[in-house]
Amino acid sequence: MNAIPLVAMEGIEKRFPGVHALKQCRFELRAGEVHALVGENGAGKSTLMKVLTGVYRKDAGRIVYKGTEVDIPDTIKAQQLGIGIIHQELNLMPHLTVAQNIYIGREPRKKIPLFLDEKALHEQVRHLFGRMNLAVDPRAKVSELTVAKQQMVEIAKALSYRSEVLIMDEPTAALTDSEIAELFRIIARLRAEGVGIVYISHRMDELRRITDRITVMRDGSYIDTVRTADVDMDRIIAMMVGREVYHEPKTGGAAKLGEPVLEVTGLSRGKAIRNVSFALHKGEILGFAGLMGAGRTEVARAVFGADPIDGGTIRVHGREVRIKQPSDAVRHGIGYLSEDRKRFGLLVDMDVQTNVAISSYARFRHPTGWMKRDKIAQTAEEVVRSLKVKTPNVRQKVKFLSGGNQQKVVIGKWLTRNSDILIFDEPTRGIDVGAKNEIYKLLEQLAAQGKSILMISSELPEILRMSDRVIVMCEGRITGELSREEATQEAIMKLATLHSDKSAGHESVTSGGNPK
Amino acid sequence: MKWAVNASGENNAGAETPAGANRRFSFARGGVLQQLLAFASLILLVIVFSFSSDNFFVFDNIMGILLSTAVIGVLALGSTFVIVTGGIDLAVGTVMTFSSVMTGVIITFWGAPIPLGIIGGIATGAFCGFLSGVAVAKMKIPPFIVTLAMMMITKGLSLIISGTKPIYFTDGRASGFKDISMASVTHSLFGIEIPNAVLIFFGLAIVAGLLLTKTIVGRYTFALGSNEEATRLSGVKVDFWKIVVYTITGVFSGIAGILMASRLNTAHPALGAGYELEAIAAVVIGGTSLSGGQGTILGTVIGALITSVLTNGLRILSVPQEWQTVIIGLVLVGAVYADILRRRKA
Ligand SMILES: Nc1ncnc2c1ncn2[C@@H]1O[C@H](COP(=O)(O)OP(=O)(O)OP(=O)(O)O)[C@@H](O)[C@H]1O
Ligand SMILES: [Mg+2]
Repeated sequence: MNAIPLVAMEGIEKRFPGVHALKQCRFELRAGEVHALVGENGAGKSTLMKVLTGVYRKDAGRIVYKGTEVDIPDTIKAQQLGIGIIHQELNLMPHLTVAQNIYIGREPRKKIPLFLDEKALHEQVRHLFGRMNLAVDPRAKVSELTVAKQQMVEIAKALSYRSEVLIMDEPTAALTDSEIAELFRIIARLRAEGVGIVYISHRMDELRRITDRITVMRDGSYIDTVRTADVDMDRIIAMMVGREVYHEPKTGGAAKLGEPVLEVTGLSRGKAIRNVSFALHKGEILGFAGLMGAGRTEVARAVFGADPIDGGTIRVHGREVRIKQPSDAVRHGIGYLSEDRKRFGLLVDMDVQTNVAISSYARFRHPTGWMKRDKIAQTAEEVVRSLKVKTPNVRQKVKFLSGGNQQKVVIGKWLTRNSDILIFDEPTRGIDVGAKNEIYKLLEQLAAQGKSILMISSELPEILRMSDRVIVMCEGRITGELSREEATQEAIMKLATLHSDKSAGHESVTSGGNPK
Repeated sequence: MKWAVNASGENNAGAETPAGANRRFSFARGGVLQQLLAFASLILLVIVFSFSSDNFFVFDNIMGILLSTAVIGVLALGSTFVIVTGGIDLAVGTVMTFSSVMTGVIITFWGAPIPLGIIGGIATGAFCGFLSGVAVAKMKIPPFIVTLAMMMITKGLSLIISGTKPIYFTDGRASGFKDISMASVTHSLFGIEIPNAVLIFFGLAIVAGLLLTKTIVGRYTFALGSNEEATRLSGVKVDFWKIVVYTITGVFSGIAGILMASRLNTAHPALGAGYELEAIAAVVIGGTSLSGGQGTILGTVIGALITSVLTNGLRILSVPQEWQTVIIGLVLVGAVYADILRRRKA
């Protein structure tokens, strides 16, 4: 193992307006290893990798690639060197086909180079997918694929460069378990071929499964690099947050159900939602479990008025209400924290305080019509403090915050609105362990204050830890309801795969065949 | 474990029917359906007008419609490129006029031969487009502002250069200029009197269609409109291709200018404002999205035809001019709304 490393970064500095994002940062990657890069939200992981791939220019420092110092001014240079990246945010062109996306920028041409050679293009893609064992129609438009499939397309794209360095920034955040398994198989094969892989993830269990070494970052600084086999994860977490984190189990005894505050009966919308009925009680955390695409988000959006429904009634505090658009829902005290915060939850081009106040402007309006700016700033500062949002000040634009901190801003928005029914859709997606615990505590506090929480989550431990009751969905239907005591991983999984009619073209469960 | 089997079962099913098996789906999706809709509306309009008036479906009237489509149509072809990138070009109308004035200057003031005038006109359009492209791509000024400014600048320049007077192509040397639009190659070849302008329009439509679907230019035009940042991160020289796209739009405006001048046998410096909006309307009726990423040339051609069939038919039915514009406005909204409805269902 004394060979020169594939990549060595030293003394990397990067400043953004108001943020010192990387401070004397270093990183080393060897050929044929899977190297995890971990740290809290905003630690600078994505920034460091963007420096390596030419998205950002470093302010200072050295990058040595295969023994020679290199300058990487743009993404083209990184590609030429063989450094590929799958960004945390999906970076695809939704209107183009899968094949067109993968070979964008290097399309095969006909003899007259103005013309594209579609045949050669599809030939190459077929080759690539064969190698990856990936079944996606190369002619499908990317917008028609599920998020998970889109993610696989991103991975295929990065692989198609025959990169010697492959960086994956939270690739599993939107994948199902089987897709993650497939991804890990691909990673293992690449490692065997000598590719150096950087793996960024907040899911600690994954690190143990696939990584060889772990580098920890905190507040833009390099902390340490350790061999995965030599440490236990609590140690890593402690390094990340600079203190020990305790996983407290859910306190409080069996759920004492208060009166129902939200009752949904016979909700349906096309194939996505089929006759869904449930009740959410005061002071309760109701978990919604299921596989990706089971229809949980659709239910949340329908209840919130974001999508039109075909039928069904919604009662809030016992009174039937008509929710035709989100503003109706907000008026009835419902807050929705979307799973895709960039698209539905945030005004990314506006600052933190505007985002915190946006749903509660009535409260900040002076009788004369002016905004009480001080009060807005004050409230926002309180939110930043209590949720530990990492931002230089409340006037920072939200798009410059790291993923996890953006999530906290959305939570802050609904807390400010004082909504008493809160729908959290994947509240901790892309959030680090430290912040996760804070958010869990927060949810529990809110419930204790009498707020009612509907929490959608694809992470079973999260569901089990947080929920007073669990509702499981599959294919748009509710397949079961479990009490605290009944809810186990096995019980939930069983309900989550309870497919209805095999005849209706969904032969997935029984005749699906062997993955191998 | 069951949920592993679930997803990979789906995968296996897909693996047995590799690339292209789903093509019959992709055929029904997206633009094709919308174009069928637009095409059906066009046919319907033609049928309705044919039954309402004996003067509509006659050769001369149809040729008149096509002739009046040609100029706007060529502008719309060019606009399609910019609009697919998610941009807009408000200057196509006045750049068209500016090009025709330049052609007039070259041929009548300077006494240069006609081909030189044509090249000069097209080059003028291309140069204006190029400048807009540079301002959008390099100076990062929003396209709306850039092309609004370009519209004003070219409008003013046309008046300055021409001395605010129309330039007539009637001198001895310029006498053949009218033939570019109004003579008929097909007449001498096959005895069918289709004006050249119409043939040029359809010829350009084919060129534009090839450019948009079969070439690297077209691919990046769509990529830019779909997700510019992703395109940039994929290593595509985004700025360069944006400039290319605006230049293409300029070239089409230049050609439209020559067709226009030739048809009227005059370069009118005050004409042209407002044409850009008609061109944009044609593009949008044809199913191209103003937010970028999708659109077709066939759609634009149909869109342009729909507007001129409507105008012509309504005139034949003696609907006053004022009402014609009202109706076309309604059609514009209707077309876009139909598209939105269709998308919402899917
Ligand atoms: N373009 C930018 N402009 C200004 N600040 C930025 C920009 N990009 C990142 N930052 C800031 O730099 C710091 C590091 O962010 P980065 O995205 O690298 O964190 P991260 O470790 O990837 O976090 P997460 O796990 O949440 O994705 C954060 O404080 C963030 O707000
Ligand atoms: Mg990140």
